[in-house]
Amino acid sequence: MPRTSRYARDVAVVAFAQSDHLRRTDELSEVEMVMPVLHEVLAATGLKAGEIGFTCSGSSDYLAGRAFSFTMTLDGVGAWPPISESHVEMDGAWALYEAWVKIQTGEADTALVYSYGKSSPGSVRDVLTRQLDPYYLAPLWPDSVALAALQARALIDAGETDEAALGAIAARSRAAAEDNPHAQLRGDVPRGEYQVAPLRTGDCPPIGDGVAAVVLAAGDTARRLCGRPAWITGIDHRIEAHGLGLRDLTDSPSTRLAAERAGLFEAPVDTAELHAPFSSQEVVLRKALGLAEGDAVAVNPSGGALAANPVMAAGLIRIGEAAARIHRGASDRAVAHATSGPCLQQNLVAVLEGDPA
Amino acid sequence: MTAAPPPQVLRAPLVVEFPFTRSLGPVQSAFLTGLRERVVLGVRTGDGRVMVPPVEYDPVTAEEIRELVEVAPAGTVTTWAWNGDPRPQQPLATPFAWVLVRLDGADTAILHALDAPGPDAVRTGMRVRIRWAADRTGAITDITCFEPEENGGDGGDGGAATPHDGAFADPVTGIVAEARLDYTYSPGRAQTAYINALAERRTVGERCPSCHKVYVPPRGACPTCGVATTDRVEVGPAGTVTTYCIVNIKARNLDIEVPYVYAHIALDGADLALHGRIGGIPYDQVRMGLRVEPVWTDGGRYPDHYRPTGEPDADYDAYKELI
Ligand SMILES: [Zn+2]
Repeated sequence: MPRTSRYARDVAVVAFAQSDHLRRTDELSEVEMVMPVLHEVLAATGLKAGEIGFTCSGSSDYLAGRAFSFTMTLDGVGAWPPISESHVEMDGAWALYEAWVKIQTGEADTALVYSYGKSSPGSVRDVLTRQLDPYYLAPLWPDSVALAALQARALIDAGETDEAALGAIAARSRAAAEDNPHAQLRGDVPRGEYQVAPLRTGDCPPIGDGVAAVVLAAGDTARRLCGRPAWITGIDHRIEAHGLGLRDLTDSPSTRLAAERAGLFEAPVDTAELHAPFSSQEVVLRKALGLAEGDAVAVNPSGGALAANPVMAAGLIRIGEAAARIHRGASDRAVAHATSGPCLQQNLVAVLEGDPA
Repeated sequence: MTAAPPPQVLRAPLVVEFPFTRSLGPVQSAFLTGLRERVVLGVRTGDGRVMVPPVEYDPVTAEEIRELVEVAPAGTVTTWAWNGDPRPQQPLATPFAWVLVRLDGADTAILHALDAPGPDAVRTGMRVRIRWAADRTGAITDITCFEPEENGGDGGDGGAATPHDGAFADPVTGIVAEARLDYTYSPGRAQTAYINALAERRTVGERCPSCHKVYVPPRGACPTCGVATTDRVEVGPAGTVTTYCIVNIKARNLDIEVPYVYAHIALDGADLALHGRIGGIPYDQVRMGLRVEPVWTDGGRYPDHYRPTGEPDADYDAYKELI
């Protein structure tokens, strides 16, 4: 049984799969890239596609420049005749949230959640400017690295970090990724030149293509499908103002509030998978989640988004990686975080727990 | 996924342009019209703070806010980042600093570029002022960038916000938000095989290993079974019109006389109809069941159109599942 039960139904992540994350996948269409991961995650549960109660995906057409690309990837699910299905133009972590709500309503007992990003056909730094306010920001084309660099400078000015500490976060992440066969960047990665100072190449995530998928299940179904389900004992997402000049970029009140609502602070965690594409953003998230340097919590043991950052999938991967550690007994209580928007504008926090051994 | 792409990946440039026309509403209209007149406006939020640039709803309470104020065209850098390698559509072509600037009289900061000789000339707290564009239309780009204020020093606050009615002659009520993104398109495994076969004037679909349906053009997966389509199957060349429409409006950039017929065509051996133009027959004589074959033109990478084969029409039962 989950330690805490604040919701109508107990829902768990029962399986997780991801692709290898690669700089380019030119030889594959999006559905060809997604399909093997869908098969892998279903095989882990023994479920067939037709036995899934609800399917929800997250992706963005802007990444590969293909209109309605998510309808093409649905071919890989076996969506005809029509299944109960939905899509979010967001990271798959929010697709997972929608699926979790669907199960809470009682309309489904199982859900397949997947997300993918194929950034290689375009220029993702420029593409991401199109998510910004179209009146005041988008006409200036401030790219994702530039906005993160403004946040990093604010943190340095506030005495919260310095460039050496940021380099250490990047190095720790890529060292951890040595044990992650799916990672795109691992081991000794040079800090590199400034991209937009104070951020160097090493402080930025790799650009690449990748896929992630999880299966959710409720109650006894979860116990049947998984030896040690990763119960979602809390999940919440919160957003801040869009204007960067309205926010304190050195803090993340939306992350903190989501964590409170998810019950994070009610008990300690042993694992944190944080969606911090830039080294400086880990500093902000640690502060918001109360994760001090040097304490016992394993932060991003997968290497995090600094090791692989398939846009639209990297947040779902955090939930999947945290759940996988519970599945294999490496964690008893973990926090997973996903972000969306510039400078950690919107944040989702999930608390995952395994049954006592 | 395989790590190394096979040698013959097809690539083509793909340009996506989306010039959205956006209306502004009263607050953003006043702000952008103000920029055209070299006046910077903010809006007072519910808790009395002055927000620049202004929006129509309070960021905390979501209440409608309309009380406009004028602030100074100079202010203080609150954070910055040095952009040594500007990207094509950014405000300045030479290296510059991205800055958040709190204008005098404002409580929030505005994002823009700062023209400075190098990162050593920029610091948080420095004084900057707006450099106005020569041609101003009522857009955020009416501000070319910020520039360091002469004898500026650090900090300081040159004044308070003053009330403003937001009224200007000939207000700007909308903007056209231009955007262009450039991609390099690759079609993937199944469609690459399809395109390569077309180059040899053959139409090759793929069969689902589970339900045995043949998809033309292949998309790589069977939407019924959710598995990869694997076996390549040459279909056609002839096929049957399953349904059609008569096009009466001339398309831009298309040199085809109207009216003409556009049809769904089930090629022999295919379990999915593709579409193409029907020629070689008056438009009002095209019918369901008509047997057609492709017509290739020199250098064409796909059939230019389909024309009647002269065979008897197909029986309805033979294609009714493909409509
Ligand atoms: Zn099939």
